Amino acid sequence: MEMLLTVIRLAVRGLLAYKARSLLTMLGIIIGIGAVIVMISVGRGANDSIQQQINNLGANMLIVYSGSTKKGGVRGGYGSKPTLSVKDAEAILRECPAVLEVAHVTSQNAQLVAGEKNWSTSVSGTIPSYSLVRDWPLKTGEFIAEHHVRSASSVAVLGHSVAENLFEPGEMAVGQKIRINNMPFRVIGLLAAKGSDPRGRDQDDVVFVPYTAFSRKLRGSRLPGVVHVICLSAQTKLLVSEAKREVEELLRQRHRIKPGAEDDFTVRTLDEFAAMADKTMGIMTILLTSVAAVSLIVGGIGIMNIMLVSVTERTREIGIRMAVGAREGDVLIQFMAEAVTMSVVGGIFGTFLGIGASSLIGIVTGWMIPIHVDAILLATLFSAAVGVFFGFYPARKASRMDPIEALRYE
Amino acid sequence: MGIPVIRFTGIKKIYPMEGETVEALRGVDIVINKGESIAIMGPSGSGKSTMMHIAGLLDTPTGGVYELEGKDVSSLTRDKRALMRNQRIGFVFQGFNLLARCSALENVELPMLYRRPGVPERRKRAMQSLGLVEMENRAFHLPRQLSGGQQQRVAIARALVNDPALILADEPTGNLDTRTGRGIMDLLGSLHEKGITVIIVTHDPEVGRSVRRRIILRDGLIERDEVG
Repeated sequence: MEMLLTVIRLAVRGLLAYKARSLLTMLGIIIGIGAVIVMISVGRGANDSIQQQINNLGANMLIVYSGSTKKGGVRGGYGSKPTLSVKDAEAILRECPAVLEVAHVTSQNAQLVAGEKNWSTSVSGTIPSYSLVRDWPLKTGEFIAEHHVRSASSVAVLGHSVAENLFEPGEMAVGQKIRINNMPFRVIGLLAAKGSDPRGRDQDDVVFVPYTAFSRKLRGSRLPGVVHVICLSAQTKLLVSEAKREVEELLRQRHRIKPGAEDDFTVRTLDEFAAMADKTMGIMTILLTSVAAVSLIVGGIGIMNIMLVSVTERTREIGIRMAVGAREGDVLIQFMAEAVTMSVVGGIFGTFLGIGASSLIGIVTGWMIPIHVDAILLATLFSAAVGVFFGFYPARKASRMDPIEALRYE
Repeated sequence: MGIPVIRFTGIKKIYPMEGETVEALRGVDIVINKGESIAIMGPSGSGKSTMMHIAGLLDTPTGGVYELEGKDVSSLTRDKRALMRNQRIGFVFQGFNLLARCSALENVELPMLYRRPGVPERRKRAMQSLGLVEMENRAFHLPRQLSGGQQQRVAIARALVNDPALILADEPTGNLDTRTGRGIMDLLGSLHEKGITVIIVTHDPEVGRSVRRRIILRDGLIERDEVG
């Protein structure tokens, strides 16, 4: 213990003798460690933020897309082939015990006009259960009700962004008349803001109308009973995969798909979205951290360089120490201690820099950027490892010197 | 006869040099007893430096046997030689060789850094050693704040601090004026009274005259070994 203290004291003194040089050398490590911490923290912060957005889509939600068209080998995207129907949605609710709520959605773009203002957005026909499936509360007014669907009422529920674009701030949107593709509709509700989805699309840029009104007034008689997407929620989080299995089985049966044939629909769970996002972010974080680690290695090379200069400059000192009885190990430890002290002190300052920069990025982006203890621990260990790795060669060079030659060195 | 501290039997040192070999020592036999103070003299190239390096365990002989205090040390490993230097041998150099950034006291403590007694013990013994060379009132001065003679005294204190059997001094007065040099020689001369063997390598005849025994080397062999 006392030996260790002596070694550290000696190393600190050696470094303090050349303050500017030591500081500049440490700067490489400070920046390297700072960059590693920022990249780990920001990567995690971005991931957390995306995971939260995914959960924001709705609790325990599953989404059924209709399959893709296939014309002469050219395949369309999801929903290009109209295979899902209102009847499918009703059957899922009726026959799948793991499913809690089901809603179907059919959308198209439309021009909205309110007074002097107009706005183009996606208008969706849906049913009352949609707000439950999406776990989407209203800010004011009410959502589409059963009697609106039954009587195909011309009523509309606006997303937050749409309301902002059609009405002045503070203006009461509920009760106002708007025109959708020139058809008059009455605003009955305003949805709470939900923010952007994991793909960055604004979820609040939407208008919902009863699907019956959608079919008759907006869509015309094309493809009656066909829907784009069926959203559903499982009874509990644990039943999500069970619900997925049930829905797939039911739809294969209803669509008369032979065993072994390709499904004409796709069921996606939020877990899959989450896993996908997690994977993407993981790759990003590894990439960014690797780049940061490169700067740490450059910092380490800086240490090695300066230690080599220092060993040469202090050849005579090494000779004196050897003459009075320093063994190879003693000299090795002395120079290793200087390299490690530089890298660890640099690592500590770099950690502070990293925490500061991460917090700043958190403030700018609005992400919650977590500073994990393990990131700090990792950074400190890593910086010590850099010191050991890059300090070894110069220290070994010092310890292998011939004392006679070293004493003669001018 | 006294107790032999150093016994060289047929010591040889051959250096390879650009394809040829240089014989620096060609079979040297010497016995140096405890408490003796001797000078090793000779022109440059006579092998006196090589002899000092071997006697001081900074180098190993190519042939022959070197016994230090009765123990064969001719082929010790680097680390064993370092330990032996630390415990049994003190060096005094022409250029003093003090660490410039350390105080006189810390310079004297240096050999104990590798022997690991505790800090208070280290400090006490370093102070005692500085006392022996009458430098205790300069303990906290840096080498550059001391005169040449004072620096050499600190170097002698450093050589003495681990109670060595042998002190090897390489031209200890070479960088000093005559009067200061004489003071240093008096100090080294007084050490043999404490039972410490002192070997001085020099080509200064006055230094040679101030000790009792002189070994004169020429071309790697002992030319004369004179007493008185």
